[in-house]
Amino acid sequence: MPTPANAPLLRPQATVMLSRVAHSLYWMSRYIERAENLSRLLDVNLQLLLDFQGFTDTTIKEHWGSILLSSGDEELFAKHYDIADSHNVTEYFAFDLRNPNSIRGCVNAARENARMIRDQISAEMWETINELYLYLHDRSSEEIWATGAGEFFNNVKRAAHLFQGLTTSTYSRSEGWEFIEFGKYLERADKTTRILDVKYHILLPSATDVGGAVDTAQWQAVLRSASALEAYRRFYVREILPWKVGEFLIFSDSFPRSLHFCVAQVDEFLRRILGETGARPRTAAGRASRRLLADLQSLAITDVLDQGLHEFLMDIQATLDTIGDEVVQTTMFYPAESSIEEQQQQQQQQ
Amino acid sequence: MSKPSLSILNPSYETADYFDEMFTSSTDVRPHYRRLAERLGTLARDEFEQRRGAVDLAFLRRGVTFTVYSDSQGTERIFPFDLVPRVIPNAEWSRIEAGLVQRITALNLFLDDVYHGQKVLKDKLVPPALILGAKHFRREFMNCKVPRGIYVHICGTDLIRDARGNYLVLEDNLRCPSGASYMVENRSAMRRAFPNLFQSYGVRPVETYADDLLKALLHLAPARSDKPSVVLLTPGVFNSAYFEHSFLARQMGIPIVEGRDLVVRDDRVFMRTTAGLVRVDVIYRRIDDDFLDPSVFRPDSMLGVPGLVNAYRSGHVALANSIGTGVADDKVIYAYVPQLIKYYLDQEPILANVNTYLASEPLQRKYILENIEKLVVKSANEAGGYGMLIGPASTKAECEAFRAQVAANPRNFIAQDPINLSRSPTWCDGHLEGRHIDLRPYILYGEKITVTPGGLTRVALRKGSLVVNSSQGGGSKDTWVLQGDE
Repeated sequence: MPTPANAPLLRPQATVMLSRVAHSLYWMSRYIERAENLSRLLDVNLQLLLDFQGFTDTTIKEHWGSILLSSGDEELFAKHYDIADSHNVTEYFAFDLRNPNSIRGCVNAARENARMIRDQISAEMWETINELYLYLHDRSSEEIWATGAGEFFNNVKRAAHLFQGLTTSTYSRSEGWEFIEFGKYLERADKTTRILDVKYHILLPSATDVGGAVDTAQWQAVLRSASALEAYRRFYVREILPWKVGEFLIFSDSFPRSLHFCVAQVDEFLRRILGETGARPRTAAGRASRRLLADLQSLAITDVLDQGLHEFLMDIQATLDTIGDEVVQTTMFYPAESSIEEQQQQQQQQ
Repeated sequence: MSKPSLSILNPSYETADYFDEMFTSSTDVRPHYRRLAERLGTLARDEFEQRRGAVDLAFLRRGVTFTVYSDSQGTERIFPFDLVPRVIPNAEWSRIEAGLVQRITALNLFLDDVYHGQKVLKDKLVPPALILGAKHFRREFMNCKVPRGIYVHICGTDLIRDARGNYLVLEDNLRCPSGASYMVENRSAMRRAFPNLFQSYGVRPVETYADDLLKALLHLAPARSDKPSVVLLTPGVFNSAYFEHSFLARQMGIPIVEGRDLVVRDDRVFMRTTAGLVRVDVIYRRIDDDFLDPSVFRPDSMLGVPGLVNAYRSGHVALANSIGTGVADDKVIYAYVPQLIKYYLDQEPILANVNTYLASEPLQRKYILENIEKLVVKSANEAGGYGMLIGPASTKAECEAFRAQVAANPRNFIAQDPINLSRSPTWCDGHLEGRHIDLRPYILYGEKITVTPGGLTRVALRKGSLVVNSSQGGGSKDTWVLQGDE
């Protein structure tokens, strides 16, 4: 029997976190959130187009074009595909590994990060990510189209939710947790700006269509893309109005996908990661996040519309990028890497 | 048996001329396998297949895999697993255990001698040229004091059984032996597949391995703090054994680090954490000597830590295993181990070697060259079943090629009498057939020496094959050491 004096030896270093591990936790979490958002966005928009027989090829192209624009991926898409129809855009966002941010690409990246830190996460978290990976790995996109893309998106969403739920219930509230949550909310905030921005890019409907069935359906789709339709209805108890949708997805302080909510979480976890305890943050990232949060706490939807919704959202995206980059640089410094192939080779020679 | 026609036990099972672990004839079962046979006898084929499928799926889901390098997709495969365990009665195991403890004790004394006084060379027990010219001899480590005087903390020794069932040592792995994670994972797979069998059988647990390993590592820590920090140094996620690295780190609750996570300042090793540099006391390294420190060994290594060797030499950090242990698991030195046991311990070896001929000795070389078709020829420093000739199973041209190589570079070769490895019933295409197996037990040398009861039983799945390595079509089995003898 070990004597009590020896007992502490058995938990040598529970509180230390390698920079590389923090980095992997952060990216694992971001990629899962990204895959989930993409699945929802594609699912909703594929359904939307099914609902409206009146859509012509041109309107369908405009519709998907707006999604490409808001994702910032239109150039890469144009390199590999001719037309932006439902099939091609879904292919590009869901299955195409030439797009590093496709669902498949995200799941691969999340899983590779999880594998590197397999020793740090719970068995449940790993198995969920690994199963999702195997699910995607075992299926060609033709098979998925044949069985129905809806089911596929559902499976990805559920796996992502399961993963996040398991993280909440099996991962210790340590520094690693802060990186996981920071990554998740940063990614979610970014995706919400893009979901809102989609509608900006859809060509304005003709005067007779404003408030008509198509317009309403599109705003509904925006809400559903953020899982927010029911929450919106409960909150306003009224019809879907464009500026109310904007208000809800930007300013709600209780809906977990609104910008306000996400940025508050980003600010909170950033504060803990960087050890910002003072009233005035010491780091540039800390100040940027505080400023953004103050805007989301104090502005009204009219201020946003005056400035222009698109411009407002672009500014937020840029700020989120800055915050993410800076946290990575502050906590995760590594000298420039030598060639990846050479490293892989040496790792395999062992 | 109630339904013999449906049972997976095969009435036409052939033990042939081999030592069969389970059967003495197609129907007679050795006493320590009796209860297993009863259980298997009640299983129908599809029931067995179902359990097999469930186990494979669980391995895949849990990521108990190794990476296949030849595949550009970086495909991960599961290590083929056979559901029929290998059973070792207690009395047999006690002898194995004593033999392994004796062997690692002698090898450790040998390494200490080689790197200090070299008495064994002065006494002309081993020709100095064999040591000083050995590939893994590190002259940089002469007269370096290692923590607690232990060189080999983790050892995997490969055992085989000959046609009469005698256990023989095939080789020692004193550098970075792998496979312990599969020993533990195989057990947990078997527990899921046959939960009730364990209770009644009295199988000794292998799950103590990680605790014992951690204890052995903590034993090395410099007396700096009461909470030494231990890490596992991995080549990285692309290494085929990465699963094992992360598994062991997880089981011990220690961080897994890559070379780039560590930095040496002032002969002390630190890891880069989000809170700055944190001191490291003990490194369980899974990187070969050559790659460990680019400032001392291979300068092109991108996996190592510059300055690590000096930090080790100055006693500020411990390494497991120590540097330069490969000189003692060289296949040429292997031939001397029985003499080393007598020399250092004044004891008779408990476990015998396979009869070995050294090409470096003129008379034995002559015998090898004249009888190469009847021998197994191995190059001194290859592992994984590579660089090897099995004379009786090779063509004339292959034998000729090896004959020329041996003549040109005798120091690099040994030859052994071929051993008809024992066989164990193994599920092959829907029925049980005998397949050759070996056994790799794991020995940990800390405050005391522990041998985990069991080990990794590897099985050559290809019919007639004697090569059990996973890179060449090998699989594995769970290994049950019993509390008693039945």
